[in-house]
Amino acid sequence: MEGLRPKLEMFTGEEADRVIDHALGVLSKVGFLVENGDAKALLREAGIEEKGARFHPPEAAVRQALGTVPARVCLFDRDGALAADLGGDRVHFDPGSAAIHILDPGTKRRRPPVTRDLCHLAWVTQACKNIAAQSTALVPSDVPESFGDRFRLHVALLNSKKPIVTGTFGTDAFDVMKRMLVAVRGSEKALTERPLAVFDCCPTAPLTWSELTCQALVDCARSAIPAELVSMPMGGATAPVTLREMVVQHCAESLSGVLIHQLACPGAPLIWGGSPAAFDMRHGTTPMGAIETMMVDLGNAQVGKRLGLPTHAYMGMSDAKVLDWQNGMESGIGAILAALSGINMISGPGMLDFETTQSLEKLVLDDQVCGMALRLSRGISLDSAGEAVELIRELTVLGNFLGHRHTRASFRREQFLPSRLVDRATHDDWEASGGADARDRAEGEVRGILARGNPAPPADDLGRDLDELIRAEARRLGIEALPEV
Amino acid sequence: MADSDELFSGLYQAVLSGDEDGAARLATRALDSGHSALETIERALIPGIREAGDLWEEGEYFLPELVTAAQAMKAAMAVLQPVLGAEAKSLSLGRVVIATVEGDIHDIGKSLVATMLSANGFEVIDEGAGVPVSRLIERAREVDADLVCASALLTTTMPRQRELVNAVRSAGLRAKVMVGGAPVTRGWAEQIGADGHADNALSAVNVARTLVGHRAAG
Repeated sequence: MEGLRPKLEMFTGEEADRVIDHALGVLSKVGFLVENGDAKALLREAGIEEKGARFHPPEAAVRQALGTVPARVCLFDRDGALAADLGGDRVHFDPGSAAIHILDPGTKRRRPPVTRDLCHLAWVTQACKNIAAQSTALVPSDVPESFGDRFRLHVALLNSKKPIVTGTFGTDAFDVMKRMLVAVRGSEKALTERPLAVFDCCPTAPLTWSELTCQALVDCARSAIPAELVSMPMGGATAPVTLREMVVQHCAESLSGVLIHQLACPGAPLIWGGSPAAFDMRHGTTPMGAIETMMVDLGNAQVGKRLGLPTHAYMGMSDAKVLDWQNGMESGIGAILAALSGINMISGPGMLDFETTQSLEKLVLDDQVCGMALRLSRGISLDSAGEAVELIRELTVLGNFLGHRHTRASFRREQFLPSRLVDRATHDDWEASGGADARDRAEGEVRGILARGNPAPPADDLGRDLDELIRAEARRLGIEALPEV
Repeated sequence: MADSDELFSGLYQAVLSGDEDGAARLATRALDSGHSALETIERALIPGIREAGDLWEEGEYFLPELVTAAQAMKAAMAVLQPVLGAEAKSLSLGRVVIATVEGDIHDIGKSLVATMLSANGFEVIDEGAGVPVSRLIERAREVDADLVCASALLTTTMPRQRELVNAVRSAGLRAKVMVGGAPVTRGWAEQIGADGHADNALSAVNVARTLVGHRAAG
């Protein structure tokens, strides 16, 4: 029996309701902009009031849309096994995405990622026991950008079994990306029953849906492929600086997404996510490691839970440029806070430098942070409560419990057992094994994973089908040569 | 033949999974089916405890698994020992007197080492915690110990280890001295003239084997 699940909340229930009321007020009074034709047609068809270029949905229309969103989204791996159950307070992690640089362990400086790095990222993610899903977390520089979205998915499907958090760079990408997913499952129906990928759909703050992300939102809904709403208000820049009002705007932007999405297909799976940032008032940057960024994330997730939706946040990452103290501090704080809030999908591991740089070494280190956060989220078990007095009586007789059957039966569940990346050795042992620091150990760990090669090659016929799909798409776009995957 | 394979593999598994009752039961059954104690030890118990040690070295097994495996081994040995007879002497790797030093009541590390030494073929006389040097000397002389092991968990009690080394030498005992404990480093062991030092229970077994003149395992 699990005990109390430790829980962190930013608002009382009543205050969360008032945030939602204010967000509904923002939508009806201020309205939101939509650039996408399909979405405009859906909104007009539903009779949503249009004033100038903005839509002003009444509260009832938004509430109705909220009423049809499923409370739970399950993700299944390439083999069809359940990998993530998003809903309630269940916590999962996936690597932060999408980075335009990779931290090179040799030079300790960033460089443009290439296809090989994408393969390696998938291999390392597959090896991370505490990370439930993979992400297309790098933008490869050795293929044209307009082709990068579908190519990343191709690489991910061939190099790891884990379900995928991804997204589109162009409105023409969704169709072929969906066909890749269907190729894995065998049919559209099988893909609907066992979702394999989530698409991030990001409104632009304040209150705007661009052509691209809105199209992805509508396409996902119509295909019953889970969409993840990732609103990105910046406090003091594209949103009010006060945290509560940031959450209100964040909520309004997400609610506009819920409305469009559910108009396209009522009941389609949706995740209430976000990537807000407290704007840095000296450098003009968007720090993901700022405590206020995290507070808005937590407030937003709480609002999503209040609405009964699966939740997501970009947390557990750092703005440091290298694997230093700041990196560990910000990543650890973020992952722990997110887990304490019961956020269902936490995107962050591996990510540095304002969501621009992925690091495989950081990813394996963060996997340990995720393990600790997952342990924390399970709380203190009450399983042995009935035996407490008897156990401690036996202890006074035995002297110690190392050899007690209760210890052997329980310790693996009670303790998160870290990998060798977390140093808990004696000083002599540590010195004897080379006196390495965490970064050195992580580099060794990654070298080991990469030396073992692709941990999850697809069956021959699936590999062939996926290859044919991507080659046909490359030909359609006039791309002659593809990097080796 | 197949029956005995199954029996020994069950006993091996009982050791590996730390099942004391199962290990004792299967050891009894081995004797009842006509196998010698020596064969039972060599075909099931030693491979079992060795595998537990290997799994620990590989990071797969943790201390509770190592200790319960050793206890299961011990439970099976308790059944086999009485019928070992003359073979027993050839099996023993040596006689060890072990204790935590005077002024120090920390028992876990010392007990862990005692358990592992015993599971690996040493005859272990565990004197407990808070033991004066004089008693250790007395007991080592009495049993003609090959090895005296002293644990200290406090920097304030570490000097007792130096006293032990000196006392063993001045008493003219042939026993080697091994020291351990959280604050005890290789440097300290060398400084006080101890014969050996180990950082964990499994390396203590290897160091002990070397000190009493047996090749270290694995």
